[in-house]
Amino acid sequence: MPKVTIDDIEIEVPDGTTILQAARMIGGEVVPPAMCYHSKLKTSGGYCRTCIVKVEKGSEKDPRPMPKPVPSCRTTVMDGMVVRNKTAPDIVEARAGIVEFLLINHPLDCPVCDQAGECDLQDLAYEHGKSHSRYDFQRRTFEKIDIGEHIKLHMTRCILCYRCVKTAEQITDGRVHGVIYRGDAAEISTYIQNVIDNDFSGNVIDVCPVGALTDRTFRFKSRVWFTKPVDAHRDCPKCSGQVRLWEKGGEVLRVTARKDKYGEVESFICNECRYDKKNASDWVIEGPSKVDRHSVIGANHYENSVLSATDDRQQTGLPHGKKVELGEGALNPNNIY
Amino acid sequence: MNVKIQFSEKALASVNEIIARYPADKKKSALIPVLHIAQAEFDGWLSAETMDYVASILEIKPIEVYEVASFYSMFNLKPVGKCLLEVCRTSSCWLMGAEDVVRFIENKLNIKEGETTADGKFTLKTVECLGACGYAPMLQVGDKFYEFLTLEKTEKIIDNLDSTGKRSTYNGWQTGKESEIIMNRVD
Amino acid sequence: MSKKLLLQHIDVPGINTYEVYRKQGGYKAVEKALKEMTADQILEEVKTSGLRGRGGAGFPTGMKWSFLAKPEGVARYLVCNADESEPGTFKDRYLMEKIPHLLIEGMIASSFALGANTAYIYIRGEYFYVHRILENAIKEAYANGWLGKNILGTGYDLDLYMQIGAGAYICGEETALLESLEGKRGNPRIKPPFPAVAGLWGRPTVVNNVETIAAVVPIINEGGANYANIGVGKSTGTKLISASGHINKPGVYEIELGLPVEEFIYSDQYCGGIRNGKELKAVVAGGSSVPILPKELILKTAAGEPRLMSYESLGDGGFQTGTMLGSGGFIVMDEDTSIVKNLYTFSRFYHHESCGQCSPCREGTGWMEKILKKIISGNGTLSDVDLLWDIQSKIEGKTICPLGEAAAWPVAAAIRHFRKEFEEYVTNPQNIVDVKHYYRVNNLAAV
Ligand SMILES: Cc1cc2nc3c(=O)[nH]c(=O)nc-3n(C[C@H](O)[C@H](O)[C@H](O)COP(=O)(O)O)c2cc1C
Ligand code: SF4
Ligand code: FES
Ligand code: FES
Repeated sequence: MPKVTIDDIEIEVPDGTTILQAARMIGGEVVPPAMCYHSKLKTSGGYCRTCIVKVEKGSEKDPRPMPKPVPSCRTTVMDGMVVRNKTAPDIVEARAGIVEFLLINHPLDCPVCDQAGECDLQDLAYEHGKSHSRYDFQRRTFEKIDIGEHIKLHMTRCILCYRCVKTAEQITDGRVHGVIYRGDAAEISTYIQNVIDNDFSGNVIDVCPVGALTDRTFRFKSRVWFTKPVDAHRDCPKCSGQVRLWEKGGEVLRVTARKDKYGEVESFICNECRYDKKNASDWVIEGPSKVDRHSVIGANHYENSVLSATDDRQQTGLPHGKKVELGEGALNPNNIY
Repeated sequence: MNVKIQFSEKALASVNEIIARYPADKKKSALIPVLHIAQAEFDGWLSAETMDYVASILEIKPIEVYEVASFYSMFNLKPVGKCLLEVCRTSSCWLMGAEDVVRFIENKLNIKEGETTADGKFTLKTVECLGACGYAPMLQVGDKFYEFLTLEKTEKIIDNLDSTGKRSTYNGWQTGKESEIIMNRVD
Repeated sequence: MSKKLLLQHIDVPGINTYEVYRKQGGYKAVEKALKEMTADQILEEVKTSGLRGRGGAGFPTGMKWSFLAKPEGVARYLVCNADESEPGTFKDRYLMEKIPHLLIEGMIASSFALGANTAYIYIRGEYFYVHRILENAIKEAYANGWLGKNILGTGYDLDLYMQIGAGAYICGEETALLESLEGKRGNPRIKPPFPAVAGLWGRPTVVNNVETIAAVVPIINEGGANYANIGVGKSTGTKLISASGHINKPGVYEIELGLPVEEFIYSDQYCGGIRNGKELKAVVAGGSSVPILPKELILKTAAGEPRLMSYESLGDGGFQTGTMLGSGGFIVMDEDTSIVKNLYTFSRFYHHESCGQCSPCREGTGWMEKILKKIISGNGTLSDVDLLWDIQSKIEGKTICPLGEAAAWPVAAAIRHFRKEFEEYVTNPQNIVDVKHYYRVNNLAAV
């Protein structure tokens, strides 16, 4: 079993482990952020570049450093490898650059976004980004569209992580959406008016790290932080039936898959569980979910950062680092503005 | 699927010849050449219907065709004028006056770059380096490269195209007999 | 007179036809390879020759071939990269147009050396008339028994097909090319695995440039050691240079590596000097992605040595004072050229050609283009120049494929060597805005 050292912490891991997985085994600060990788989706990762790390020593056999930063999600550990993440200032700087790239065309509409409070991009910007944007051109925008009766596509927010495409390809039995056009004109689309609909199509919502694909049956009903997540299950002939219910005052507002602390879906669920079982009586309640998100919900603060700008023209001069402490359940950026 | 369009016999023969170039389970590899044929067959652009038809021939999902067709700059997803005038705008051509060629065509045809003339005859497009840098400035019309352009030459080319009135799409897949092979580089 | 290995018969009338090509000694390398040599012997000759990839990266071809995995019972492929889309480069087109059988001959000998029974030539879609020439030449080769089953009675089978692209520079990147050949979007793959292990349809594949494959023919005919005697140091053999821009004689030239740059620019045998009696200002020596160098640094290295057309000499001084041989796309600019505007055409190109998979390239290339556009339209500020520098540094080395670097390097080099010009653009915009043709003398209307 190869041994790898990440930010001066050594760990022994099974053959074939990636640097990212090894870092997750160590846990804490050494774990690079990952926006496009999803361990349950084959060939995922490598696109967003947020997880890049520095390989100072390739392996015991070939100790040469790697010439460029590598995506930790797609790089396999070698015995004797020495990796730097947080402890390499150039990686920290490079990552801030990646975050900036991901944000220059992002609408920064967190206050009105369904995903706010459970958005990986929001967390990323808060933890790894800089306080203001240097981009002073018009942002790319797209019309919101409904793809089917359950899913809303808000392409403007998409970071092209390819997760939903891989989910549709690997989890469902007929992919009708994909990435069309190229470069910064690339978009997630069905191209012609087409409906994403089959038993497992709803999972594209859960794998989306931002608010580009959202559950139409939940939209505008409630902000995430007003709802209370509980884990529940039912005997489902199609899927594991292990879900997370988001409820408010005893009412089930939304059903999602359970996600781990890295935002990864633990097990994919079917559309029946997701959309058709909205009574508490449909479910065996296990208890409150342990939502272990690193920033927004867990730490109970909302960062007044570049991500919370409501206006595209409002680029600079946003105070950074102002933490707003709010009472439980009142974590609402709408209140800040 | 309700497919109404159909390749001509000649085109279909080419399509089948192309498919045979790949292992039997790798039909999808024929997609790009087949889209070229489709574009030449069906009015110089790829409608959703055309792409669905190609998908059915290659036994792939329609989205796989849309993804590919929208990636490559030679595929037109919207109708274009009969003659698509593509002027290279990259470094070497720019150094040699490509901007003047573009401006000249704009004035002559009374359209802006990216537009089509009212009579639907010409569409003007600027494109990236076409590998004619040493023969700059240059203009591609369908399968022809016009090189060492001057303004007079450009004018003649356009007038000529105007009078023949033929559609100038890339001419699909021309394997043809030797006698059919024509040099299409126009100096 | 410099030795020619690829283009020596280029002026023979009808050399594009099989008969004439054969009469000039064509297909001898295939005869020799298939009848007298083993695959390993050919590989050894290629290694001895010191041949380096002519597509841009300059990777030793023999080494690349020796990495090819050879699992039992799995087909392997040779794929020729004829995508040629790097601005300033048009040599592959020239070679395929004028002497297509040289490429086919190289494909056969190389496929035999690699143990491939199927090979593809992936050619960019826009080269329509070249498609026909190639298709025809392939037909002729089949008809004369150089392709197909049991070639020359040796038991060796080879099928060679042409595949066409459809307008995407990124398909020149070898893994994007393979994706495209599989009928997909031209998205570069994340490596490893490398094509030598898992390439076309997941099978071991070698991808080589047109010129690299053509060079295998003289290597087999004359021997690797003789090939290695030509050139200078680790830059062995000859190279096709595509010369364009403000010179008297643009075109494709075959040079012996090691030729002084000054001779290449000013000699009548090559570029014939700067047109209209102007002064040289700058050169992009190896295709749009390599760093631009001002006159002083392209003619002489920082140490004052004459700069030579070789991998090492052009690279001398690193990116501070040197550049790269790249694909050999040699773009010459005279004294009246706006370096900033030329850079804008490059940045617009890379923005247009980014596949969009990875965030630094997808977002960064467009951002750089926008800033440059702002600067050339007279609305830039000094901080825009610094921002441009910072953005290119944040793209470089962080992307999936080298298009990121290709987009970053020209920006870095232009600012490094011509910062004054950028500053003039932002501090004196009036000059530029008012006089549209301020930096352009190429006013065709006046000619
Ligand atoms: C963005 C990009 C574009 C490229 N374009 C070409 C090209 O048009 N032709 C080419 O031969 N190589 C091109 N290359 C280099 C290929 O990836 C590859 O290195 C080459 O085909 C290998 O052949 P060689 O070793 O014979 O040079 C490109 C590389 C990159 C990153
Ligand atoms: S660097 Fe650019 S072209 Fe290469 S994979 Fe990334 S987005 Fe695509
Ligand atoms: S998570 Fe590794 S590149 Fe996106
Ligand atoms: S720059 Fe115009 S053809 Fe190359």
